[in-house]
Order: sequence, then C-alpha cells, then structure tokens
Amino acid sequence: MAVGGSFDTFPKLLARNAAQFSSRPAFRHKDLGIWQTWTWAQVAEIVRAYAAGLHRLGLQPGDTVAIVGSNRPKLYWTLMAAQVLRAIPVPVYSDAVADELAYVLAHADVRFVAAQDQEQVDKVFSVSDRVPHLRKVIYDEPRGLDDYDHDRLIAIRDVIEDGRTALAANAALGRQIDEFIRQGEGSDISIILYTSGTTGASKGVMLSARGCIDAATDTVRFDSLTDKDVALAYLPLAWVGDHYLNYAQGIVAGFCMACPESGETIEQDRREIGPTFYFAPPRGFEAMLTRLTIRMEDAAAIKRRIFNYFLGIARRYGESILTGKPVPLSGRLLYALGRLMVYEPLKNVLGLSRVRVAYTAGEAIGPDLFAFYRSIGLNLKQLYGQTEAFLYVTCQPDGEIYSDTVGPAAPNVDIRIAETGEVQFRSPGMFVGYFKDQAKTAEAMTSDGYVKTGDAGFFDEKTGHLKIIDRAKDVGRLADGTMFAPKYLENKLKFFPNVKEAVVYGDSRDFVCAFLNIDPVAVANWAERNNIAYGSYQELAGHPLVYDMVAKDVAEVNRSLAEGKILAGAQIRRFLILHKELDADDGELTRTLKVRRGFIAERYAPLVNALYDGSHEADISTEVTFEDGRKGVIAARVKIRDLQTIGATKPLGRAA
Amino acid sequence: MRMPDTSETLLQVEGVSLAFGGVKALRDVSFDIRKGEIRAIIGPNGAGKTSMLNVINGFYHPNHGAITFKGRTRAEMQPFEASRGGIARTFQNVALFKGMSALDNIMAGRTLKMRRGLLWQMLRYGPALAEEIEHRHRVEEIIDFLEIEAIRKVPVARLPYGLQKRVELGRALAMEPDLLLLDEPMAGMNLEEKEDMSRFIIDVNNHYGTTIALIEHDMAVVMDLSHRVAVLDHGVKIADGTPNEVKKNQGVIDAYLGIAH
Repeated sequence: MAVGGSFDTFPKLLARNAAQFSSRPAFRHKDLGIWQTWTWAQVAEIVRAYAAGLHRLGLQPGDTVAIVGSNRPKLYWTLMAAQVLRAIPVPVYSDAVADELAYVLAHADVRFVAAQDQEQVDKVFSVSDRVPHLRKVIYDEPRGLDDYDHDRLIAIRDVIEDGRTALAANAALGRQIDEFIRQGEGSDISIILYTSGTTGASKGVMLSARGCIDAATDTVRFDSLTDKDVALAYLPLAWVGDHYLNYAQGIVAGFCMACPESGETIEQDRREIGPTFYFAPPRGFEAMLTRLTIRMEDAAAIKRRIFNYFLGIARRYGESILTGKPVPLSGRLLYALGRLMVYEPLKNVLGLSRVRVAYTAGEAIGPDLFAFYRSIGLNLKQLYGQTEAFLYVTCQPDGEIYSDTVGPAAPNVDIRIAETGEVQFRSPGMFVGYFKDQAKTAEAMTSDGYVKTGDAGFFDEKTGHLKIIDRAKDVGRLADGTMFAPKYLENKLKFFPNVKEAVVYGDSRDFVCAFLNIDPVAVANWAERNNIAYGSYQELAGHPLVYDMVAKDVAEVNRSLAEGKILAGAQIRRFLILHKELDADDGELTRTLKVRRGFIAERYAPLVNALYDGSHEADISTEVTFEDGRKGVIAARVKIRDLQTIGATKPLGRAA
Repeated sequence: MRMPDTSETLLQVEGVSLAFGGVKALRDVSFDIRKGEIRAIIGPNGAGKTSMLNVINGFYHPNHGAITFKGRTRAEMQPFEASRGGIARTFQNVALFKGMSALDNIMAGRTLKMRRGLLWQMLRYGPALAEEIEHRHRVEEIIDFLEIEAIRKVPVARLPYGLQKRVELGRALAMEPDLLLLDEPMAGMNLEEKEDMSRFIIDVNNHYGTTIALIEHDMAVVMDLSHRVAVLDHGVKIADGTPNEVKKNQGVIDAYLGIAH
C-alpha cells in the first residue's frame, strides 16, 4: 500500500506516483460521451507543463489562485500546478453568488482565477473591480468566450501548451520547476478552504501540506485504500470533503479520481465507473432510496413481492452478516439467495456494486435509511469532522457500526469533552489558522492547543463511540440541571415517517415538551388505508387516532433516551400536534428548512404556556401567509397529550 | 450580439404566391436571407408564416414566384432536395421519433451524410464502423453543445417539452445545415426554457455560423434575437427591416392590435 511516508508535499507525492504507478489511471473524465483516462505519468507531465506556463505568466510562491468550477481534471491540475510553484490554491463554491465570490477573491488576495466556463468567467469579471490584485483569469471550456477581451483571459489548454513548449526549448526552466518542488516544505500552506459561513462572514481555513498528507495517510491505512481503488469525484471542489476524500487520499493512495460528465449525469456516471470508495451526505442516500422506492412501485406485482420479501430477509440478517455476528444457517442461505436475486442487482442499478467503503456525514442519518443500505451489504459508515480538522475527527471502523454514533477517534486524533459538553480535538490534519484572522483563530482554539468544534457530544458508554447531539450553543439544561439537546430530540422524532417537523422545548424548564407536525402525505395515506375520514389538515392533525399513533413514536424516542445515562432525564413528557404546517413563508422555518425555535415559541406562546401549566387543550389563532401573498388567520383548539416517561426520575403527577 | 460578416444573399424569395383552393396563404411575397444572419418572420395567427417556411424547404410548391438558394433558382423543389442542399428545420409541434433515445434521434439527423449502405451498417464492420464512430463523434459534440448529456439515452417521449425541443434542434444541427429553419422554437415554453433556447440559438449562430430563419410569436424574443425581421399579415409582407424599424412601423402595429381591414 502506498502512503504518504517521507513525502511532505503533494507535488513530491505526484512525482512518486508518476514513478510508482506510472501507467495506472489517475484521472478519468467523460468527454463527448467517452471516458478519457490520464495515467499518473501523464498527469505529472501535464502538471509540470502547466506549472511552467503559470510561472511564465508570473505566478509566484505564496500567491493565491482561486479555482471556481465543478470537478474537472483541468481544475484539479490547477490545484497541483499551483502547489508545484508553492502558490496557494483557494477553491470557491461554483454556485456562489457574485457577492460571496467577490468576498472570497478579495479576502484571499487572489492574483489568478481558474474558472470552468463562460458562466464563471462572467461572474469573476463582474466583481473584478473589487479584486485589486487580480491579474489573469484562466478557463477550461472555451465555449462562448471567443469574443471576450483576451488581455486578461487565457485558456488552461494554452497555458499548458505554452509551458510545454517553453520546457522543451529551455532546460533551465525545467530545472527551476524541479527546484520549486524540491524546496517545497511540509509547513507550506497547501490550500485555503473557505467555510460556508453559516455564522457571519466565511473564514479561510489554512491547512499545511504535512498536515493534509499525514491525515490522509492515516485514513488511507484505516480503510486500506490502494491504487486499485476508484472514487467518483463529484463533491464541490471547495468543500473539505472533496479535497480530503478525493484529492488528498487520491494522491496519497494513488487511486483514480473519476470526474463526472456534468452535474446532472452523476447517477449514470456512478454506474459506469463503479467507484470502490464512495461518500454521500445522508440526503444523497435518501434521494437514491426514494427514487428506488418509486420505481419499485411501478414494477410488476411479482417483482414487488420478491423485492419486499428479500428486503425483509435483509433487515433480519443483513447487518449481522455484514458485521460478522452469528446468523443461523437458514438465514445465511436465504440471504445468499437474496443477494443473487435482489441485493446485487439493486446495488448494480445504483452503481454501488464495487463499493468497498462508503461514508456519510454532515447531519444525522435516519436509522432506517442507514440500516437499509447496510442490510443489502453496502459497507456504509459514519464519520464526523470539520474543515478545521481537515475532515476526519472520528470515523467508524469496519464491524463497529451504529446509526446513532459517529465512531471512535480517528487514528492519531485526541478528543476530549469539555465541561460545557463541547467536543474538542487535536489531530494531525488540524488547521494552521484562519487566513488573515488572528482573532478568530484564537477564539477557535483552547489555550492548550485543542480545536473547539462548537458541537456538543458525549462518548457512548456501551460502544465507546462519540455521539454528537447538537451545536454547543443550543444545548441547554432543564431546571434541575439535566442536559437537554433540542436538535438531538427533534432529529430522533423526525426519523419517524409520520412526523415531519418537531420543535422541542425544555431549556430552564421543569421538563421537556414537544410541538409536532405530522407528515401530511404519510398520515393521509395511513388515514385512507384505515378508513379515517377528515376534511382538512387541521382535522387530521387533531384526530385522536393520529394522536395515538404519534404518541407511540414519542414513547419510542423516550425509550431510546432512557437507554443512555446522560439524556435519560430529558424525556418528552407532553406533546401536541400543531394545527398547521410550519412554513418558511411564515418565518417559522429558515429558507433551508431549519426550525426557528425561539420565533415559534413567541408565535405560539399560548400553546407553550398550556404545555407547562398542565391544561389539556388550548386555543390559538395565528396569522398565516398564503401562497399568493395574502394573509389570513387560522384559529384552532389544540389538544395536549401526556406521556409516561420510562425509568422516570420524577413521577408526572397527572394521568393522561 | 455579433453582426453577420457578409451581406451575401443565401436565399432569395421572389414574388411567391401560394393558394389552397380559394385561400390565398401567400400573396406576392419577396424577401431575402443573408448569409450568417438570424432572420425572423413574424405575424399574427394565419399570416402565412409556416406556409412560407414550408415553401422554402420544398414541402409546399408555390403557384407563382421563384426561390434562389445558394445561387440556384427554381420554381419548386422536393423536401429531400432541400435537405441535401443544406436546409434543416424544426417543427411547430415537435416531430421526433418518440420511442427512440435523444441520441438516436440526433443520429437520425446524420442519415443523409452516411455513405455506406444498409448492409454495411447492419454488419457494423470495417468502413461502416469507422463511419459510425465519426458520426457519433459529431453527434456527441452537439449533445455537449446543447448540454443534454444527462438525457442522451432517455426515450424522447419521457422528456419534458422544452428538452424535446432542444433534441429537435440537435437533430437539425446534426445535418450541419447552411440554413436552419426554426418554426416557433419557443412555443409553449416557460420563461427559463425560453431563455435557454434563445442562448442556444445565438450560440449556434455564433459558433457554427449557421444562418437561421425563425418564426416566433414572442415579440420580446424576436426583437432580442434577430438581426432582421420580416412581417407577414394575411399572406402579404407588410414590413421588413431591423427589429427597431419594424417595431415603429404603423402597419405592424395595426396588424398586431387588430385595426379593421
């Protein structure tokens, strides 16, 4: 297995790969319908020529080069060529609006921008008056750019060609490029990744070459990645996930990065490439499953029955077989038959047949969703990380997989839980600092050199794995001091198909209460199957049988809380089902559909009061905004349901 | 927008009249299309726009008048002669092979360019294979150009209307035409689809230098896209000129606002 070893910069590793894996594929890209392949030797030659070309354009060590676009080999080579010259690449989200782009370009003092196509070039030029140091824009796709003023604009292809010609004509230039590579040090800033900036302006996270390579080396070993592996490089270039999982691991292990044809063809490209290492956020896996379910509903009855039968088998035995637990022989035989008839064809359709290691991260994943993929034999695992750590803080080793943990500390990572409940870590890949922001860097670190994640979590006693429960600033305490993590509870509630949204209260209160929104599609479907008549969403939401059904879900959540020690006291005692759906138009959700807990508490103050004063129903009238912008008022009487807590520390006093 | 490089006339229509029984679809219409331009033909419903297009590509034979295309004058020609001569078109109601994939539909546009016979093609061997690869390459360039990679293998019947229109444009482009006739390329599209299509039409004109004649109802689109506009009303040409000239023409305003005739 190839790992970082004594190589402390990416250009040195690239030279090693060119020698060691010379004819193995390094990049693939589907162009004009055909997968084009570049070997490590070819890539090394191109990158050298590219670096020479950039050098001739005046790119100096320490300069920053912004990269705006999707996953294209030429843009990855821009990263490599910049690193050869000891310049610092700064990838920017390709969907960033002009203002965000201008902020990053100006803040990073970029002198060169590599843009994918006309769209990105237009965006860069539209803000160029705010980027004083900008000298040249280089581009990948020439289409539509013929008529542009080429004073400041040059095609990447031409830069590479120019470099190649110059190298051939002038041996001294070649020696100069080699000298740059030789001089490169592990402490060089290898890349600046701008965080998406959910809180205030985005910050430029500086990562060192040594740190990147050490971290990637650890995880390449952890997951036994080799030059035989293939990854589909489809994640945004500017996201730490892509830079880590594909770029850094790819160069360290020498595996092939396959770039999709376009953003819309990822599904087909995944099938054609058959990646062996795969990452997707939970919503990616969810979307895949949804499409699958819809297609199965259109299938013939016999196929549906086979599908459902074997998925049942998979649910019973699949995970145990994957993790190597004992399974009766009959179970093994049935599962083997299921593999032949359903699971393998299914994975083939999804393009997951060859996946050896798959990860998901970023948000909590539903246990059913997680179990589905694992039960059909996909080695799906969770990791937890952030840009400041160069991704990995924790990751689940093979055989120790749980849907509600993120795993033990990754190799060589130190984790501790601060008194506030905040997760703090030290890791090989941890960042050097925020670019041009000493104050923020100091804020993010503890005095003894740990990075504060801003997330609250704890180590699960049973598994020894870390559990992330919420953003640290959102974690509260009940009146008696019990820890209370609203998002953790809300996520647990939302994993039930009947529950669409949940808002949980309890900070500085005696106990925990919840507002719930039923999922209109799922519950309406259930009502139809059970002959329950209703006239409106409001009527359905208030139906006693719906309350009964949802109460079971809430009790289930309480049961799972009771299993752990730390959150057992934060069980839900009372809940109500809201008479209307929470809506971003009414300001109850953010545009990214996160609940605005404080705002909802104010807006529904009578209901919150009723939850805590023991009454069994309450009247509420709220102003709503209709889709055409008109306003109206909805009034309702909302019922409140009490629940028995499990292993309760305090009796509730009132019966349901 | 780039102006056409030459003022060389590609197609000249002179004194064309066309009648279906007593209905006079076109009455003594004359106009020209210059090489490299985007030429719009507009007019209210029933003005004779589509008839004009059908006359140009030989589907209708005019009762009077002459058409000069690439220097050759003739009173009438057959549709296949038109397409061999380098005229391609799209239709008001999308006319694709519904059960075939987008790729195969566009491949169909290459039929006239294929030199090998049916037998060779069936064998998929030797020269026929080399030829197919070459044609496929050209088709892939068009797919890339129109950004329809994701639907390459999808049967067109399953595509939304806007994409079907784009595939149809792709098929017309596959013929590598000298003159591209577009019959209401934006009909039935939403704003976003219209903007996309406008961009593709301009790109085709810029990138391939194809001369384009288009019929369109959406005035905003016409005014933005075209270099010159001819206006028909009741089979008579009532105005001809740049979009600005046409916009100010009283006859055009009357025709569109419906003054009693």
